[in-house]
Amino acid sequence: MAELERRTLLKGSVGVAALGASAAALKWGFNTPDRKQNPADCQAKDVSATDKRLIFSNWPEYIDEDDKKYVSTLTQFEKDTGIKVDYTADVNDNNEFFAKVANQLGSCSSSKRDLFALTDWMAAKMIQVGWIQKLDASKVPNLHANIIDSLKSPGWDKKREYSAPWQSGLTGIAYNKKKVGEVKSFSELLTRKDLKGRVTLLTEMRDTMGFMLLLEGADPSNFTDAQWQKAMERLKKADGDGQFRAFTGNDYVQDLASGNVLAAEAWSGDIANAGDDNLVWIPPEEGIMIWADNMLIPNLATHKDNAEEWINYYYEPEVGAKLANYNSYICPVKGAQEAMEKVNPENVHNELIFPTEKTLSQTHGFMALDEAKSRTYEGDFSSVTAS
Amino acid sequence: MTSTAGIAPANPHDSAAPAPRGRKLTGYWLILPAALWLGVFFVIPFYSLVSSSLFDPNGSVLTGYNMTWHFANYVDAINDYKGQLWRSIWYAGLATLACLVIGYVLAYAIAFKAGRWKNLMLVLVIAPFFTSFLLRTLSWKLILADDGWVVGFAQTIHLTNLLNFIGLTGTDDRLLATPFAVIAGLTYNFLPFMVLPLYASLEKIDVRLIEASSDLYASPMRGFFKVTFPLSLPGVVAGTLLTFIPAAGDYINATLLGNTNTKMVGNVIQSLFTTQGDYAAAGALSVTLMAIIVGLVLIYVRTSGTEDLV
Repeated sequence: MAELERRTLLKGSVGVAALGASAAALKWGFNTPDRKQNPADCQAKDVSATDKRLIFSNWPEYIDEDDKKYVSTLTQFEKDTGIKVDYTADVNDNNEFFAKVANQLGSCSSSKRDLFALTDWMAAKMIQVGWIQKLDASKVPNLHANIIDSLKSPGWDKKREYSAPWQSGLTGIAYNKKKVGEVKSFSELLTRKDLKGRVTLLTEMRDTMGFMLLLEGADPSNFTDAQWQKAMERLKKADGDGQFRAFTGNDYVQDLASGNVLAAEAWSGDIANAGDDNLVWIPPEEGIMIWADNMLIPNLATHKDNAEEWINYYYEPEVGAKLANYNSYICPVKGAQEAMEKVNPENVHNELIFPTEKTLSQTHGFMALDEAKSRTYEGDFSSVTAS
Repeated sequence: MTSTAGIAPANPHDSAAPAPRGRKLTGYWLILPAALWLGVFFVIPFYSLVSSSLFDPNGSVLTGYNMTWHFANYVDAINDYKGQLWRSIWYAGLATLACLVIGYVLAYAIAFKAGRWKNLMLVLVIAPFFTSFLLRTLSWKLILADDGWVVGFAQTIHLTNLLNFIGLTGTDDRLLATPFAVIAGLTYNFLPFMVLPLYASLEKIDVRLIEASSDLYASPMRGFFKVTFPLSLPGVVAGTLLTFIPAAGDYINATLLGNTNTKMVGNVIQSLFTTQGDYAAAGALSVTLMAIIVGLVLIYVRTSGTEDLV
């Protein structure tokens, strides 16, 4: 009996101790730190001159490759400058890449990269929290001389002091012309009876809500909370009516090709690269959303000069033309259209690479959002996409 | 939780004769690897999860989150997402029921009627695991495609009308991107977890007991409900738990086979963590889901009338 009581007592005290330890662990163990930094305090000694290297992280299948006779832009750069480029295609998703580097850049330690390319809103976020180094304007003269007008001054980096677009693209509408008659406008996606339940929109809040704001007559690059609310209501109503099949990433292309989905909000490059003649990409009547993936130099990059040389090189018209010829995305370099004559005459008038002035005049970017706004809006949007 | 439930806890005091000192500790050494594993990959993450569920919701990924005992996160999470919580329980429950009906018949056939095909059939039950979960679910998109023969056939026999009538599909005669597709996907993906414990239970039954019931003039039906089914209860309980628990937290099926109005709580948690960066709400919702499942499981195990699992 005595032993049993002793054991009960022991068990009891162990229980109490465990509870106490639990509470302490909850309090101290798992907080997340403030990740804001000051780029001026997080600079590394630049070893570009002695260590002729450059480490660049980019999205997959986003650069031309050497072929039998063809010398890629990257190989040419290495030949011209003597800089060895460590090119890694390890950016698959903006949020995922953010998570990959957040611990290092958020605590002012090195991300082991000199350059990476991220989409506008993520680039804006990183610049805002001070993870990105300013470009030395005197080292990237081509960027400032040759960048196309529509990309010259986004709201989040008005003078392109921190960022340089790698490639740009348009968000519009695609439909399967074998299965459905012509689709001209975004409002048809929301209301046409024959498309009911066979429409997909994109999970990228800025693309989709950009169109919803355009439908309200608002400007996506400068709108009010009231306009946002109205745009959300319209989206909710169409969703409640069962108009949408899903909100997707790139995976809408298969469903569109197989006919499960008749019309979709779509990225221009996806449709150009799908190689299916039945899929048509069109700029909607309401306007077009434009985006870019931007090269950024993170804090503590040790080959900043080399990175700037790389950026400058890719803003030479011939180089831009060669890259766009391979990628079929919008070339951000002025003069590349003329240079395309020599690279591939067939692509000189390819609207997806060189949109006309008229098309570009209909494009809209999305307003830069601070962290709190971004979360409210992402939350509103998610209540529809994940309800 | 369930995987260790069937194993008797190592207790060195159980042995009647006093064991030599070294052997006394054997039990502890044996549970050490599992304890370490669970310590690192369950206990610590669990604390981290509970901690984030009590974060100050005004924090953000960039400015940092602090644990401030903010219990209101739970109230907010349940208020905002009770629809998805309820839907998850409902879908997982229906899928478990479907698994039980299909799985019981299959396990019964393998245990009693398969003869020399028994081993082959068991291999076939686990064969789907040889390909990835994701690929198998994606292939359901092809099978249930709007212009495919499955949908055509379902329309011909008016199955689509029936499903629409009971509210599992929409009015436009398709199967993909409906609650039906999500539940069917869950059923398909978790079926082996139902069949294997059922088979293990049924296989152990002494057939002479079933013969005895017919000797005592019980009809086959009565014999089944009085003898076979009660003896297979441990398998039923283990199978339903192994099916229901992962199904309630699943988000792949709802993502790939559902539409915007079939999202389950797993989808919400994933979106809160990754795209919205709202760790507080995501943590609170995760812990809530866990509590609901534990509660349901406890009630279920208490009322099911069996102590053993498998």
